[in-house]
Amino acid sequence: MGRLRAILLSLTLLAAAPAFAVQPDEVLPDPALETRARALSQELRCLVCQNQSIDDSDAQLARDLRILLRERLKAGDSDQQVLDFLVARYGEFVLLRPPLAWHTALLWLAPGLLLVAGAFAIVLAARRRSKPVLTEPALTAQERARLRQLMDQESS
Amino acid sequence: MIPEIGHYALVLAFALSLIQATVPMVGARNNDATLMGIAGTTALAQFLFVALSFAALIACYVTSDFSVVTTYENSHSAMPLIYKFTSAWGNHEGSMLLWVLILATFGALVALFGGNLPATLKAHVLAVQSWIAAAFFLFILLTSNPFARLPQAPLEGRDLNPLLQDLGLAVHPPLLYLGYVGFSISFSFAIAALIEGRIDAAWARWVRPWTLLAWMFLTVGIAMGSYWAYYELGWGGWWFWDPVENASLMPWLAGTALLHSALVMEKRNALKVWTLLLAILAFSLSLLGTFLVRSGVLTSVHAFATDPLRGVFILAILVFFIGGAFTLFAWRAPLLKQGGLFAPVSREGALVLNNLFLTTACATVLVGTLYPLALEALSGEKISVGAPFFDMTFWPLFVPLLVAMPFGPLLAWKRGDLLGVTQRLFGAFALALVGLAATFVTTGGPILAPFGIGLALFVISGAITDLIERSGIAQHRSVGLASRRLSGLPRSAWGGALAHLGLGITLFGIVCESNWATERIAAMKPNETISLRGYDLTFEGINPRRGPNYIEQVGTFIVRSGGDEIGRLQPSKRSFAARGTATSEAALLTRGVSQLYLSLGEAAADGGVTVRFYHKPLVLLIWLGAVVMFFGGLLSLTDRRLRIGAPKPAQPKAAALAQAAE
Repeated sequence: MGRLRAILLSLTLLAAAPAFAVQPDEVLPDPALETRARALSQELRCLVCQNQSIDDSDAQLARDLRILLRERLKAGDSDQQVLDFLVARYGEFVLLRPPLAWHTALLWLAPGLLLVAGAFAIVLAARRRSKPVLTEPALTAQERARLRQLMDQESS
Repeated sequence: MIPEIGHYALVLAFALSLIQATVPMVGARNNDATLMGIAGTTALAQFLFVALSFAALIACYVTSDFSVVTTYENSHSAMPLIYKFTSAWGNHEGSMLLWVLILATFGALVALFGGNLPATLKAHVLAVQSWIAAAFFLFILLTSNPFARLPQAPLEGRDLNPLLQDLGLAVHPPLLYLGYVGFSISFSFAIAALIEGRIDAAWARWVRPWTLLAWMFLTVGIAMGSYWAYYELGWGGWWFWDPVENASLMPWLAGTALLHSALVMEKRNALKVWTLLLAILAFSLSLLGTFLVRSGVLTSVHAFATDPLRGVFILAILVFFIGGAFTLFAWRAPLLKQGGLFAPVSREGALVLNNLFLTTACATVLVGTLYPLALEALSGEKISVGAPFFDMTFWPLFVPLLVAMPFGPLLAWKRGDLLGVTQRLFGAFALALVGLAATFVTTGGPILAPFGIGLALFVISGAITDLIERSGIAQHRSVGLASRRLSGLPRSAWGGALAHLGLGITLFGIVCESNWATERIAAMKPNETISLRGYDLTFEGINPRRGPNYIEQVGTFIVRSGGDEIGRLQPSKRSFAARGTATSEAALLTRGVSQLYLSLGEAAADGGVTVRFYHKPLVLLIWLGAVVMFFGGLLSLTDRRLRIGAPKPAQPKAAALAQAAE
């Protein structure tokens, strides 16, 4: 699994001088604010990397975004305001958790829909399977007579 | 000369695969034993030629023959021998050759150990296997020839990507491919059954060992890759929901579902059509994974379009096999008779529930992975679907599965007693509750954490309860009888319990790592000390060191606990001249199953350095659980009823004991 990602990662290393995810100088003095910043940066995509959050990425751009995000938090923005600000700047591509909207409805609803559809199919299949047992044709008069005859023989 | 031999052997293997793909089919149609017998011979010959071809490729790398394009691009004469060896498959062309080598290996194994299969089934299975092989041989020969030569041999190679210069490359891709490609056997069995229009419990018994084998390798393959990423990428993450990871997780989920549904089919002759479908799905997802990784479509839809030949070729293979298999399925599956009725609350019912959740989870991962690609292709809108999405959607589907897991093996076939099983799980519930309460009281941490611990304990003790129940110690109160019954249990029963136990262990590790891992990021000067979770880390200094094909800056740190030195950590930053790239090598210190993890950042001019220091509590359990799952599978595989080769009827005494225990 790590192969492609490793190769791509090394490409980004080539592009930007090897830096380091979350530098000590970025860390905010206020622990509560820093916790919020870390949580937020796990939700944001490093735009030049392959599916990495800016919290994990060592690219220069990720560092810029981390600093920008902390500046917004220091200025008193709420988490949502920070996200909105970054979306306005970089587009929805920056969010690792896409918002629920028309163009993502299928994505978000798929798990639930599939589970319900699967459960429905199972119930349907179980019903169909048990039907032949229920509709087993009743014995005809002839068969019943033969059965009685056999049982009489048995008891005698 | 060697590359040409390798290339020629590959062409011969392709020719053989064409024979194997057609002649046995004709033989099976006309019931001609000679023609059907060709399947086995060609499968072995095909394997020998692919092996020869692969050996030739290895020889090119080991001898640093830079007249070969791929060797020039991915190897270096100064690399240690082990990496010269592994760099053979550390690139597209070589890894595709490894892919077909493993495919041919499985074909040869069926030819060797499939003596107990009906002649037509064996012929069909090997023929289908060879269709896949033929398609991939053609792919390699036409678009990805690993033996292509340069007109003039350069003096030196361009080196292997430094991130891949690791033992992980020796272990991870072969294991992963053994899993991925192993599902081709289940696929071939499914297609053969559809062609013959006949499928029964015996079919399930033949398929199960192969599926199990593939599943075992995929399990450890994924775990190995996860551990590799954990220590190599330098920020201590072990699962990123990266599309490439998802590509290996999807076949695992489908394969796990297949193992369970094949169980129902073997024991109760039910779920036949569904089992067939899963066998097709598991390998289709493996093919999809190969396409995703190999076509470059993941980087972006546009990257795919700039070098389309490979991508389009694999896409064509994908469409042909998946489309063909599903068409055949839609056409022939309705002809198969369903058997084995069961009540909703029964072992079968539990396994159906297992399949529902596993396949839905698998579909969720599939949708999440492909949605951004599809959306961009259709509307041009770019969105990202990353870890936060998968965490939110995958776990709600997986948690119910884990809750239900201990119940399944305790339920009786046909009609189970849910209340009775709940009573028998009393011990497991109690343990889970104690764990939950203890976690809640001691940590008061994230609200979900205590529930995670409780669930993991429930799964672990549920698996143990399964074994205790089978020993019958509760009824007979005799340790001697209980141990006799346990040793008389079929190995597959032990294997199943062990696999469930392994999953519980992995879950425990995941919960601990994701809730209580702590980190310190700091700029350190020599002799400075930082503390984390009772461990003091002192920076000694940083020194240059020369490796075989790199120079590195090695930091030396001393770890103390309560004043006593418990170890040294030497993380480094390596720079590889050939590629002008650098890697960061993290240093790990294992304490029991927990780890201290240190990675090095920028070095300052004054001899200081930035570090990331992590404490990862019980993190090793994540991968040890996977190893336990592997051994559970191995134990099942040695079960006389499943053993690859000629299954003999169980001896009367053992059979009676086993029956008594079940």
